[in-house]
Amino acid sequence: MARSIVLFYFVFQSTLDMESKDYLKDISEIKNLMNKSSRFISLSGLSGILAGIYALVGAAATYWLVMTYSNGTLYLDGWIFRTVLLILFAVAGLSILTGILLTTRKAKKNGEKIWDASSRRLILNFLIPLVAGGLYILIILNQQKYGQAGALMLIFYGLALVNASKFSIGDIRYLGYIQVILGLICALFPGYGFWLWVLGFGVMHIVYGAMMHFKYDVKK
Amino acid sequence: MSLITNINKVFDHRIRLGIMSILMVNEYADFNMLKELLEVTDGNLASHVKALEKAEYLEVEKQFIGRKPNTRYNATQLGKTEFKKHINALEKLIQKGT
Repeated sequence: MARSIVLFYFVFQSTLDMESKDYLKDISEIKNLMNKSSRFISLSGLSGILAGIYALVGAAATYWLVMTYSNGTLYLDGWIFRTVLLILFAVAGLSILTGILLTTRKAKKNGEKIWDASSRRLILNFLIPLVAGGLYILIILNQQKYGQAGALMLIFYGLALVNASKFSIGDIRYLGYIQVILGLICALFPGYGFWLWVLGFGVMHIVYGAMMHFKYDVKK
Repeated sequence: MSLITNINKVFDHRIRLGIMSILMVNEYADFNMLKELLEVTDGNLASHVKALEKAEYLEVEKQFIGRKPNTRYNATQLGKTEFKKHINALEKLIQKGT
């Protein structure tokens, strides 16, 4: 009786060692499936860097325009203002286009689908705060309240990032916090709005894009 | 020996663990989503889903999207609790094993 218990113990022990490797594989596969099914992780860091560079180039062009032709003050009518708006939309459009292109490429490389439940959820959750904020800004601009628009764009963009981070690479959350804080500072000191935009949409995108690029893209 | 008591026989299969992992982090998942993520055949997936359904670890919901029938699944509270217990047991086993 005692012998069979001892024997059983040894058999049990050895299968345990063999199986613990399989269990380890199970656990890592579980984590992988949880991430893959709920998060879209193929966001490209490089596209963040490029978006930041576009923003800096756009800001430099705006700065030069306003300094040379308008004595450092931006009036809300005339060709300079229209050109600045054009630059703004060009930067935004180019950033989105670059993001889509590079993310599609990365998703293909990762074997992740570009348009599935997780990417749809990511985009939806990103767009809800962004669209709500965008509409709100349009409404107050229409009421001739121009002072806070710049701050609000930073704040709502930051909130959109925080909201989206649950469905993508979690680190985006911190970029969102930074944008919200910059937006609040911008609301306090509207005079520095231009430089806070340069910092938020330009420098922070480059810094964050580079961090993402080296953390997730280069290693593999 | 008490270690082994929390290892759940129902979960003792790669695909079943996979199904439950997906349902833990998603409110629901439909048949095709599970199939694509787990890379299994229809028949294979169906049999494992059935086993989990029989244990009442997941619920099946049949509906129509337009004209197409769509079957989607969500984990029950019991299923989630049992899955957590199972994972904890696995982790303890791994710690003992190494």
